[in-house]
Amino acid sequence: MARAASPRRTLLTTLAAWSVALVIFFPVLWMILTSFKTEASAVAMPPEFLSADWTLENYETVWSRSDYPRFFWNSVVISVGSTLLGLAIAIPAAWSMAFVPGKRTKDLLMWMLSTKMMPAVAVLIPLYLVFQRIGLFDTKLGLILALMLMNLPIIIWMLYTYFKEIPGEILEAARMDGASLWNEIVYVLTPMALPGIASTMLLNIILAWNEAFWTITLTTTKAAPLSAFIASFSAPQGLFYAKLSAASAMAILPILILGWFSQKQLVRGLTFGAVK
Amino acid sequence: MGKIQLSQVRKSFGDVDVIPGIDLAIEDGEFVVFVGPSGCGKSTLLRLIAGLEDTTSGTIAIDGKDATHLPPAKRGLAMVFQSYALYPHMTVRKNIAFPLKMAGMSDAEQAARVERAAKVLNLDSYLDRRPGQLSGGQRQRVAIGRAIVREPSAFLFDEPLSNLDAALRVGMRQEITELHQSLKTTMIYVTHDQVEAMTMADKIVVLNAGRVEQVGSPLELYHSPRNLFVAGFIGSPKMNFLEGAEAARHNAATVGVRPEHIDIVDGGPWQGTVGLTEHLGSDTFLKVTLDTGETVNVRASGEVGLHHGDRITLAPQAGKIHRFGADGKALA
Repeated sequence: MARAASPRRTLLTTLAAWSVALVIFFPVLWMILTSFKTEASAVAMPPEFLSADWTLENYETVWSRSDYPRFFWNSVVISVGSTLLGLAIAIPAAWSMAFVPGKRTKDLLMWMLSTKMMPAVAVLIPLYLVFQRIGLFDTKLGLILALMLMNLPIIIWMLYTYFKEIPGEILEAARMDGASLWNEIVYVLTPMALPGIASTMLLNIILAWNEAFWTITLTTTKAAPLSAFIASFSAPQGLFYAKLSAASAMAILPILILGWFSQKQLVRGLTFGAVK
Repeated sequence: MGKIQLSQVRKSFGDVDVIPGIDLAIEDGEFVVFVGPSGCGKSTLLRLIAGLEDTTSGTIAIDGKDATHLPPAKRGLAMVFQSYALYPHMTVRKNIAFPLKMAGMSDAEQAARVERAAKVLNLDSYLDRRPGQLSGGQRQRVAIGRAIVREPSAFLFDEPLSNLDAALRVGMRQEITELHQSLKTTMIYVTHDQVEAMTMADKIVVLNAGRVEQVGSPLELYHSPRNLFVAGFIGSPKMNFLEGAEAARHNAATVGVRPEHIDIVDGGPWQGTVGLTEHLGSDTFLKVTLDTGETVNVRASGEVGLHHGDRITLAPQAGKIHRFGADGKALA
């Protein structure tokens, strides 16, 4: 039986939830507010929460001074590309781990996850040199490969968890029905795991979109995505908070919209199998 | 065709021998039931035949050809699973057509075969539904439909009725038997329910701890069980076993008498007191504690006016006593 909550309790819980949400969202909110302030108002002390003179000037400046569409397009290609490539590798990998596990499958999963614990700086120089030597430096393909490899353990782990929820008998039935391994994955496993695959894909696009360390260090101009676009407003021209905020807002807006429209899918995917 | 021959088929998981070595011949068109208690290896044996498990050693021949190392799809067999194993994202039509699609059959031929199967199984009006919108019995029919469209050389059923309620189970049991009569295709059926085995099978294979205890027709097993295990497993209620003086009187270590082969008569050789009584109308089941201390179950036809605590005398029917040696094997 569900516990009946008193109205007061409900109110308090709601207030607490909103407070936590506000704390988490505050930096984003502050950034958006700042992007509409003048530079003077942006650095004013004490901080002006609501500025008197709102302006769109920052956006105009940012738009005119840089090639936003190119950065945006690079971000799309890199995040979607690395995600699709990652899924193409992770789906068969997770399939084999979930349905034909070996003695060392669990160890393998842990080992893959442990690579995420390695500080990125540790491999910065080798990767930088390798990329330069083989001509992947400042190319979209290079970043697609790098980000795919960075996020592959997470993709495999998530898919493995979703695949474990699918009854093995259904795949055996497909095998009896004459499905090849390829057909089994394409016609049976993938459609059944679609909510899980979709949320893995969304999460990975978000991770790749927001990735800054590798995208900034492995690109200069040609393949630079929106993270480099934001960085370009902080480093060379000193600290222009309002313009930096405008650039950041423009960079996160597409992913914010994507996240907003797919939040139901994301939550369903992330809690998939948690309760029956 | 659907002749299946197992020769010294062995399966071990690590150090555990699940099936220590089985020889078995299944003839074309036979309805064979593998029966035994849980963990006896009957499902494993079925999965070995299906190709879903690899044999550790031995050979499996289907229609005279060695199929031991063939993948499941190449064996020409169709399987119906305990959990139905339908594809939840596909409609009934697509579920049934799936094996045909995998075989590369034309759309027109697929549609014709699905229609035919749906008609046989009364699924016509459900073709556009998803499995989630069907009852247990309907889902089971879809699973059977998916098996029959392929026109396999043999059907494998892995406890297909255990998820259904009692009433539906009896109905589906008859449907599967009728299906076998009309298709005349080999069927191998796994169950732990000896009533299913007795009512459906042409031939029963009784398994225990991965070994074949006996193979025979239902009535052969009922009338001439080869050992104590088969005698106790086949028949409901279970056969009564008596040891000691009564067994010695028949020159055996154990004697067995089925509850329906014990008569309640005045002056019978066994005296006892009625314990539990179960009145089913058509039959009455009595649990009687003999004066020797042993307990026997008695099945009396119709209503008998006996109750808890009544004193009665019983007599086993002549020629219905099964004798077993100290090794558990039946004595001639």
